[in-house]
Amino acid sequence: MEPRVALLVFALAAAAGLAVLWPRHGLLARVIRRFRSTVPVLADDALKVLFHRGPHAPEALGRALGLPPDRTEAVLGRLMREGRITGQDGAIALTDAGRARALHVIRTHRLWERYLADRTGVSAADWHREAERVEHKLSPADADRLSASMGRPLFDPHGDPIPAPDGTVPDLDGVPLVELPAGAAAEVVHVEDEPAAPYTRLVAAGIAAGQRVRVVEADPEQIVLSVEGGAARIAAQDAALVTARPIDAQGERAVRSLAQLEIGETARVVGLAAACHGPQRRRLLDLGAVPGTPVTAELAGPLGDPRVYRLRGAQIALRREQAAWILVEAEAS
Amino acid sequence: MSRPAPERDPALYTVALAGNPNTGKSTVFNALTGLRQHTGNWPGKTVARATGTFVHDGARYRVVDLPGTYSLVAGSVDEEVARDYLLFDRPDVTVIVVDATRLERNLHLALQVLEITTRVVVCVNLLDEAARHGISIDLGALGQLLGVPIVGAAARSGRGMDELRAAIERVARSPQARPSGRTVPHAPPIEAAIAALVPAIEAAHRGEASARWIALRLLHADERVEAALADVPAVIEAATAERRRLGAKLHDRLAEGFYAEAGRIAARVVRAKRAEGALLDQRLDRILTSRALGFPIMLALLAVVFWLTIAGANVPSAMLASLLIDTLHPALRSGLLGLAVPAWLVGFLVDGVYLATAWVVSVMLPPMAIFFPLFTVLEDLGYLPRVAFNLDRVFKACGAHGKQALTMCMGFGCNAAGVVATRIIDSPRERLVAILTNNFSLCNGRWPTQILIASVFVAAAAPPAWRGTVATLAVVAVALAGIATMFGASWLLSRTLLRGEASTFSLELPPYRPPRLLQTLYTSLVDRTLIVLWRAVLFAAPAGAVIWLVANVQIGGTSLAQHVVRGLDPLGVLLGLNGVILLAYIVAIPANEIVIPTVLMLTVHTTATLAGRGAGEGVMFDADPAAVRTLLQAGGWTMLTGVNLMLFSLLHNPCSTTIYTIYKETGSWRWTAVATALPVVLGVVTCFVVAQLWRMA
Repeated sequence: MEPRVALLVFALAAAAGLAVLWPRHGLLARVIRRFRSTVPVLADDALKVLFHRGPHAPEALGRALGLPPDRTEAVLGRLMREGRITGQDGAIALTDAGRARALHVIRTHRLWERYLADRTGVSAADWHREAERVEHKLSPADADRLSASMGRPLFDPHGDPIPAPDGTVPDLDGVPLVELPAGAAAEVVHVEDEPAAPYTRLVAAGIAAGQRVRVVEADPEQIVLSVEGGAARIAAQDAALVTARPIDAQGERAVRSLAQLEIGETARVVGLAAACHGPQRRRLLDLGAVPGTPVTAELAGPLGDPRVYRLRGAQIALRREQAAWILVEAEAS
Repeated sequence: MSRPAPERDPALYTVALAGNPNTGKSTVFNALTGLRQHTGNWPGKTVARATGTFVHDGARYRVVDLPGTYSLVAGSVDEEVARDYLLFDRPDVTVIVVDATRLERNLHLALQVLEITTRVVVCVNLLDEAARHGISIDLGALGQLLGVPIVGAAARSGRGMDELRAAIERVARSPQARPSGRTVPHAPPIEAAIAALVPAIEAAHRGEASARWIALRLLHADERVEAALADVPAVIEAATAERRRLGAKLHDRLAEGFYAEAGRIAARVVRAKRAEGALLDQRLDRILTSRALGFPIMLALLAVVFWLTIAGANVPSAMLASLLIDTLHPALRSGLLGLAVPAWLVGFLVDGVYLATAWVVSVMLPPMAIFFPLFTVLEDLGYLPRVAFNLDRVFKACGAHGKQALTMCMGFGCNAAGVVATRIIDSPRERLVAILTNNFSLCNGRWPTQILIASVFVAAAAPPAWRGTVATLAVVAVALAGIATMFGASWLLSRTLLRGEASTFSLELPPYRPPRLLQTLYTSLVDRTLIVLWRAVLFAAPAGAVIWLVANVQIGGTSLAQHVVRGLDPLGVLLGLNGVILLAYIVAIPANEIVIPTVLMLTVHTTATLAGRGAGEGVMFDADPAAVRTLLQAGGWTMLTGVNLMLFSLLHNPCSTTIYTIYKETGSWRWTAVATALPVVLGVVTCFVVAQLWRMA
């Protein structure tokens, strides 16, 4: 075969193959996604909407799920047959069975997010999407086993309470961040992960459940926070997703991150950043990065990163991202 | 809360060895058990498990080496294995090996173990290293503070091992419940939770284990403890309420408590002064990781290792070949024929099975026997973590881990050993990336192919004085292409099949230590070389059988080999190779070493050119470059064929030993399939594109 022709055929075949097989955006991935949003999956989503927001009229429910009327009808028909909803006076409401199923789906969703945060390296921006996929697939027994394997956690990594198998939900205590005045100190207890766009912006700004923050400026457009040695600017409408619990700010020391140390400098650990979770957090704790520990930056290496730190008598190499999670006193010791 | 103790031979005590990674725990293990040990895996996991026995004063002791861990709060598989063994298998004695040069950090684990069991001996190892660094430990004070026997040791020289055996015996023979009298005070929130739970637990009368221990286990939501308390639901509810109050920071508080105590103990017990040893280490580190010298030294050392391996293996390989092939092969043949064994069976057994195995052994054994010990020496010295440290940034950019540099280097010796070496990467995603790309390291078995083809085809185009250099440079270029492909493939995998970040990254740089040469020789020969060799032989034998059959089974007047070669030729030519090469690669899946002998045999076979050899049909052989050149050109080979063969030799599926090893390490058919397909697809595409471009030019 003439070489040019062969190359052309190959290039076309390769391009076609990539277009079909490319993860997430390829043809195959799209087809699978379409395949997956089956009626049972949509039925679960409908139950969640009814659980969180109360009874809906059928058209309103269809709009909330983004479905055309014929699909909405199929979904509602299935739920009616399964005895999970009732339709009275034109409003769809949950039965006890429907409420139990909704709770199970929510529980599974939050357990899976906890699992992703604690046991894997999946990034915070992806937790919700992954959990949306998995929440329909586990049985109550599976969810129980998952929960037990993680020590029966009570909160997901966003700070949402995980319902117990019997449906009880521990309370969240806090106020919306936008209600806090300038100068107030608070601990972030919850970051709502829907809608996705503002949540992604919050994650990028470094906001996470468990953080201690101080409100530097609060105006109708944006809020400026001092958090873990740095500053975060968030739009006021994004801040609506954040709930925080006011705390007593006495004795809060100024902090900076370990990554900011010069080679040869020593500082004492104040704590670990709240965004550091799961196996990475446990590893840093096990190596001795607990409050009060002195740590020295010793070596920088030929490429500047990672750097070697002396911690509890041992030489530990950490990448810049990990060193950024270790908060130390701002003044040199 | 009692659990029936496992059936035990009363004269046999179990001893568990626990400790941080890098404390010389395996040296202690070897010193206790000598050669009476057995290595395998923990059931259902790819974590190595070593068990051994020793006899002391009439009693037998079974030693189980637990994985080295920084803590027991289950996070990784290693920690889970160690914790479960201590909690549920309840060994008679637990020896905690701590590193005298990093006592404070090591005490963190020791205190955790002491919370689970008090039948403990603490072995403070590496006292010789500590002395070199100017560190001295007051063993008596340590014993008083911890409440258990302490043994000082320098296991590599055998110092302290007798005392250790005696201490183990004392603890083993002591009566069951040993009051320790010492508990680690935890952070206030945890102590408050324990105080809230203890009265209810004591009221439920669970005598054997302390109420405090049970309270702590309940705070960890320990399934088995809860099951044992199922008849007292009020206690479990109270525990859940306490857990809620403690929130997500349980692990944080526990670590703080243990480290506060470890710090207090270390302050009382450790005396450090400036010493020559510590200064030397610091100076070495500054040089070996410096901007100017770090990389050059690294490259120079690796070049030396490779050169020693290639140059050093030549003579032993030739000797083995002359023994096993030139001498034994004809001897076996005539011997069996003399015993009236039918000729076809002799052919099958001797020309097929035996010959392939002999080839693999003579080509594989000498380089591995040199490469692995050299590599292990670098490891013992403590230099290899510095290599991982220097290169981590490049690996991070591709979504991988700095330790992949080490597994990549191991892969240059043998890909199967490289895959096993990925156990040093404890983050699962990064480990998979390292496993899937290990095949791009040009393993020992492929060097002869590369060197021969480079000399025959590539160097032939250069003036005679330059031929040696050109051949070497060509092989180096292919090896570097392999490294570049490894980085590229890692990057691609991190963007597609294996998205995500490192779940944990940390790299500890141990102090430099003088290597133990004899021990190194032993571990690298037995643990690495012989085991890989054994697996290779197991796979090579059937391959030899297949090769002989393919050449000697006739269908319709021509051999199977000729049929297949003719059928594969069109595809081969499209890829710039030919049918002979493709068939050779199919039958040589088991071992790269037999590719060239098979290619030569098949070429002779299909061109019916006897060329003065012809020890029989279907017999693999090797020849000097000039003879090879004549043979192959008669078979229609061109420079393109040579170049593409070098590329395909780099980029083809892993040998069957490696495929098998990948399956054992990952436990997944799916990933094994990816690991096999990825290089082949790359190889086919590369050869195809190169062939078209070559022909257009």
